Parts: sequence; C-alpha cells; structure tokens
Amino acid sequence: MAATPVAKYMTEGEVGLGLALLVGAFVCALASTYAVDAPFSFHMGLFALAGLAGVVAILKRYEARAFEPAPQEIDGKPNYNLGPVKFAVVAAMVWGIAGFTVGCIIAFQLWAPALNLGLEYTTFGRLRPLHTSAVIFAFGGNVLIGTSLYVVQRTCRARLAGDLAPWFVVLGYNLFIVVAGTGYLLGVTQSKEYAEPEWYADLWLTIVWVAYLLVFLATLWKRKEPHIFVANWFYLGFIVTIAMLHIVNNLAMPVTVLGSKSYPMFAGVQDALIQWWYGHNAVGFFLTAGFLAIMYYFVPKRAERPIYSYRLSIIHFWALIFMYIWAGPHHLHYTALPDWAQTLGMTFSIMLWMPSWGGMINGLMTLSGAWDKLRTDPVLRFMVVSLAFYGMATFEGPMMAIKAVNSLSHYTDWTIGHVHSGALGWVAYISFGALYCLVPWLWNRRELYSLKLVEWHFWISTLGIVLYISSMWVAGIMQGLMWRAYNALGFLEYSFVETVEAMQPYYLVRALGGVLFLTGGLIMAYNLAMTIAGRTASDSAALPMDEHRPGTPVLAAAE
Amino acid sequence: MATAQPGLWKRHEIFEKNSILLLIGALIVVAIGGLVEITPLFYLKSTVETVEGVRPYTPLELAGRNIYIREGCYLCHSQMIRPMRDEIERYGHFSLAAESMYDHPFQWGSKRTGPDLARVGGKYSDQWHREHLKDPRAVVPASIMPAYAFLDRPLDADAIADDLVANRALGVPYTDKMVALARSDLKAQLDPDGPGAADLQRRYPGANVRDFGGDKARAAEIDALIAYLQVLGTMVDFKIYEDKKNLR
Repeated sequence: MAATPVAKYMTEGEVGLGLALLVGAFVCALASTYAVDAPFSFHMGLFALAGLAGVVAILKRYEARAFEPAPQEIDGKPNYNLGPVKFAVVAAMVWGIAGFTVGCIIAFQLWAPALNLGLEYTTFGRLRPLHTSAVIFAFGGNVLIGTSLYVVQRTCRARLAGDLAPWFVVLGYNLFIVVAGTGYLLGVTQSKEYAEPEWYADLWLTIVWVAYLLVFLATLWKRKEPHIFVANWFYLGFIVTIAMLHIVNNLAMPVTVLGSKSYPMFAGVQDALIQWWYGHNAVGFFLTAGFLAIMYYFVPKRAERPIYSYRLSIIHFWALIFMYIWAGPHHLHYTALPDWAQTLGMTFSIMLWMPSWGGMINGLMTLSGAWDKLRTDPVLRFMVVSLAFYGMATFEGPMMAIKAVNSLSHYTDWTIGHVHSGALGWVAYISFGALYCLVPWLWNRRELYSLKLVEWHFWISTLGIVLYISSMWVAGIMQGLMWRAYNALGFLEYSFVETVEAMQPYYLVRALGGVLFLTGGLIMAYNLAMTIAGRTASDSAALPMDEHRPGTPVLAAAE
Repeated sequence: MATAQPGLWKRHEIFEKNSILLLIGALIVVAIGGLVEITPLFYLKSTVETVEGVRPYTPLELAGRNIYIREGCYLCHSQMIRPMRDEIERYGHFSLAAESMYDHPFQWGSKRTGPDLARVGGKYSDQWHREHLKDPRAVVPASIMPAYAFLDRPLDADAIADDLVANRALGVPYTDKMVALARSDLKAQLDPDGPGAADLQRRYPGANVRDFGGDKARAAEIDALIAYLQVLGTMVDFKIYEDKKNLR
C-alpha cells in the first residue's frame, strides 16, 4: 500500500489550524474596524494580519513538503524537529539585545531626564515595562521555550509532538510579545507589574500557553525512556504554574470587547496580594524553575559529568515549588496587608533559602572532577558563574524578606540591584551558556565561531554586572538611610528631592554597567551569527580538545 | 536515611514515570500556598478596616486615574505609607486597606524613585501640579521626572459611563444615577458655578469641584489627572478616625 502513489492531501491539523486562523483573522479585522480606541484597532489589525500570514505560511509549507508529513524517525533515530527551536534561539538573541538596549536607555533617563525626549512614547513610565517584558518574557521566554522544546525531544528520544503545534507556540508567543511591547508604547497597560498586557493579549497568551503545555506533555508521552528526565520536571512545573498565575492574576472586566481598557477583577489589598503572588512567582517559576531546568540539562552536558545527586534533585524540585508560592507577601511588608500574611510570607521566604541553595549545590557539584574545564571553556564558566550569582541572589532575597531589613530596603534601588544580580547574573548567564551550547548543536557546527569572543563577552558583562549591582547596593542603602535620617532637633534631615540628587552618580555608574552588559550581548550576537553562517575564526585552532578523546572537540553534538 | 529507606526514594518513581501524576502533583503543591494566603483576605472581616468617607471615584477622577495608570506613574511613585515614624512625618497617616478598597487595580507601587503619593491630595495647589507636570524642573530643579506637557490635550471620556459600569460589575458601588449622569458629572466637576455642581457633591461627598487650573469648558487630560491627584488620601478624615477600633 505504501508503494502506491497517492494524492497529496492536507492533514487535519493543517486544515483545522488554517481555518481557525482564517476565522480568527476575520473576527480581528472586524474588531479592528469597529474598535473604540486606536491602539485596540492597531492590535486587532496586527492579529488579523498575523492570522492571514499564518494561513499563507501553512499553504506554502504544504506546497513545499513531501507527500507525507515529516517522519517520526529516520533510520531508527528520532527525527528531531529543530525548526521551532532555531526560531526561538534567534528570537531570544534579538529580543535580548532590544531589551538590554531599552534598559540602558531608561537607566540614562534617570540620570538625565531630558532623554525622555518630551514624547509620550519615550517616557520612562512607558519604556520601563517594555524593558522588563523584553528581557523577562521576550528574551527569557524564548530561551525557555527554545531550550524546553529541545531538551524534551533529546531526553525523550522522540520528535516533538504535533506538526504545526510547535510552530504555533513559538510564533504565537512572539506575536504576544509584539502586541504587549507596542501596547506599552501606546499606553496600553493594566499596571500590574510583569503582567501589564491588557485582556486581549492575556487571552491570546493563554491559548498559546495551553498549546505549549500540550506539545510538551504529548512529547513526554512519546518518550522512549521510562523515566522523565529531571529537567523536564522543572519545565513542566514552570509551564503549569505560570498558567495558574497568569490566569488568576489577569482576571479582568473589559470596558467593552471593542476596546483595550479593562479593570482587574480584584481591588486594593486582595489585588495587591494576588499581584505579588503572581509577581514573585514570575520570578520563582519563570525566572527560576524554568532556568533550573536549563541548568539540569546543560551543565551536565557541557561538563560531561552526571548530575551530582539525583535524590537532591527530587528534594530540590518539590521543596522549591512548594515554598516559592508562599513568598509573595514579602513584597508588601508593612503595607495595609494583614500582618499574619506578611509574617507567613517572610517565614517562607527565609525557608526558601534552603531549596535554592540545594539546587545551586546540585549544579555546582556536578562539576566535581571537571573543574579544570573552567580554565579552558568560557561557556561552562558562564554557567558556573550563573550558579554563583544564583546562590548570591537567593541569599540576598531571603535576607531582604526579613521585615526589619525590608523596612530599609523596600521602595529603594537596593531592590533593583537585587533583581539584577539575579536577572543578569543568574538568568542571563545561564541563558548565554545554553545559547552558546545550542547554536552549534542546532546548526551542526563543530564549534562556536570564536571562544575568544566568548571570553570577551564573559569579562565585559561580568564587569558590567559588578558595576550595576554594587552601585545599586550603595545607592539603595543610602537612599533608605536618608529617608529615615533625623537631625539633632528631631526633624527629618533630608527633603525627598535631596535624596534624588544624591542618587545621580550611582545612576550613572549603573547605566554604564548596563552598557557593558549590552556590549557583551552584542559580541555574543555577532559570535552566534558567525557560527550560524558557518565561519571559523583564526582562534579556532586553540579549541579546547577533550584530552581523553583526542580529536574530539568538547562540544560534540549532544547525543 | 537514604540507605535505610530505599523504598521511599523508589516510590518517587511514580512521578518520574507518569507525566499526568507529575503534573497534578505539582499543581496541588503550588496551589496550597496561594490558597492559604489569599482566600482568607476575602472573608476575614479584619482585612479591610471599617471607615467613613471612602467613596468611588468621580468620573473625572476615574478618568485621571486611568491616565495615571496609562503613563506608568506607579513605576516611580508608591501609594502606600508604611507605619514608620519617618514615613508618617513625611507623608502623613499610614495607609489603610480601606482607602484602596475600590481601586481596580491597586496602585500601591513598589518603588520610590519619586515620593509617595498616597496623601498628595491637597498638599500642592492645582497650579503647582500643572506647572510641575508640564515641566517638572521648572518647579523642582533637581527632579528627574519626565515632562508631561502632552497631557494638555482634550480628554477622551465620552464613554466614561461604560467604565463606571465595568467597575460596578466588579463590586464598586456606583448607583444607576451615577452611571446615567457620568458624562455630565465629569464636566460638572470642572465648573463650581454650574448647575450640576451641588448634585455631584451629593453623589460623591467631598469631591473637589473646580477647574483645576484649566479651562472649564474644555476638559483636558491634565485636568483629570490633577483631579485624581488632589483626591488621593483625602477621603478619610483622620481627625475622627480611631486606630484602636480597627486593631488587627
């Protein structure tokens, strides 16, 4: 039967998704026409165009493909679906540069307010969510989606589930990013930090996220290994918890279904706790659990050593996800949130130190017997230093969650410094390490274009981080002390604006630190682009070869 | 322990071998914290104090609040005074939960790049706010706030009644009359000599009725924003408020 040539036909998935996109595009075009405000009209137009582009892409893909959809296996080996992974990797790099750049701009705005340019679209208030969303959700999100779709295939030894679904996830997610980002510039926000996008963008993300969960789960179901690999527990925990947080925190009543504005369902103190339950666990699950999954796959792979302790990873997983959820109230110390909730949040925040360090130890000790590789492999160094920063930030966090410390640190730039030691040092560094590993694997290159450039990236960005966090420590603590300083007569020593003036030198140092970090990012983008282009730099002769297997580069394909 | 009870570790395999159990297990584990911390806030009566004076925002204040949100003011200004000596002396009485009970969403903020605004209402004149918003450094030379001169454009609030309806659906006690008169109330608040002024103040006790330094015939975004800023923290009269009654 297989030998008989049959007519080429579209799969149910192709027809179904194509029709759904067509109907969706039509509805969005209508909504765009009758919209009550310009940003909503623009976004619905964008959705409509994206839907049509999706239909065209499905048709073109159908034309180009063979009679049968891509096979699950070729010669008994899994036929991994790497297209969506490649897209996410490139998107992560592009969004990363964009996000770091906007971060630098707003950092300079605090030093020189004229840089707000007097335009509504370029004020700090509109650019700041653009920065946070670009780095967390656009850069971090693409790293998470890209690596998870790669890791789940490799560790299950199975092709990604779904034919179009993985593409829908990756492209749909990036469409969400575009809608969210342009929305901020146009003033579309529900003002919940890290959950600023309005109701329609939230609904779209919910659809994409459910598709992501299903693709991930269905790939797990296809696995050829009896056990689900530990990285996948963390990915799964991250995906399902983010779904829960996203849905609850974004419950809202749109003013009209033809406009962008909505009012969140909860008010005042309840809204505050739900927001920070979400906000802190965006850190805990998006920026921690997801990236710990990256650690559990990429660190052992790059170090060529097994995970230090399997039992520790079991404790790590359950303890971390259980305790993180409770920590939200430490964002609301001494506010109108009831004391019992604050105390509970503080207690769990302190306890959280333990599973955090348990995970760090599990990652670092994986290097046992391979520490010498740090001298020769800057990619591994990125990942190890990321774990060191993770350890530092997860010590600092519980400390700042103690009410007495928080009374000083809250509302100051110390918080900003703390966030960035985690975001730049941990999240970005483990991402850089993963991207440096992934690009040669995905594009079948023997090695990166240049390890020397990785060295440069490492040292320049590390210097940037040090400038950033040390300036914000000093500035934040100074700010907190100035606010509470009294003179000998018992009056407040400083007016508020005097504390603003005192921040100026530190804001400049911070911005320069950010520029160094961005510079490192640009070096990385160049290095990765040249790697994809298949170039080899003159320093590639100095590639660290695996001593035990002469002739094999350390970065042999991840099999 | 590990060698003494290998069975316990072995039992974890059930999660390692079954993705649905792992998923459900993780979901249960992550749901607990939120349920324990958040649900009581909806039924413990002590969560929100009983106070007099807190009322829904007038249509003009609500429109101004939406501009405050749109421009991301909350990113640099908190609206939550903590019960510490320096904060109370700098900003006023510590903030009560009741004062934001109708705030969808809350605007407590998380950062003070600029000062807290929870009780900024009445502290500065309308004209000060106007000058300051247009060019902050004209009033406060060391300020690093962006200039908001562009807010001097017409306020688009023809559909403000829909906003009241959405808030009412979420539990804010707007009456039918408030909804029906939302558009005219918005204009009436700018005109103290107009026919609607007295009525407006009956519906929204303590509302500031004046032109907020602008043109009463033409409602601008900046007028609405100033109306919002001037009501912040003024609804509760702390001369008659008793802390002891609301000990939590």
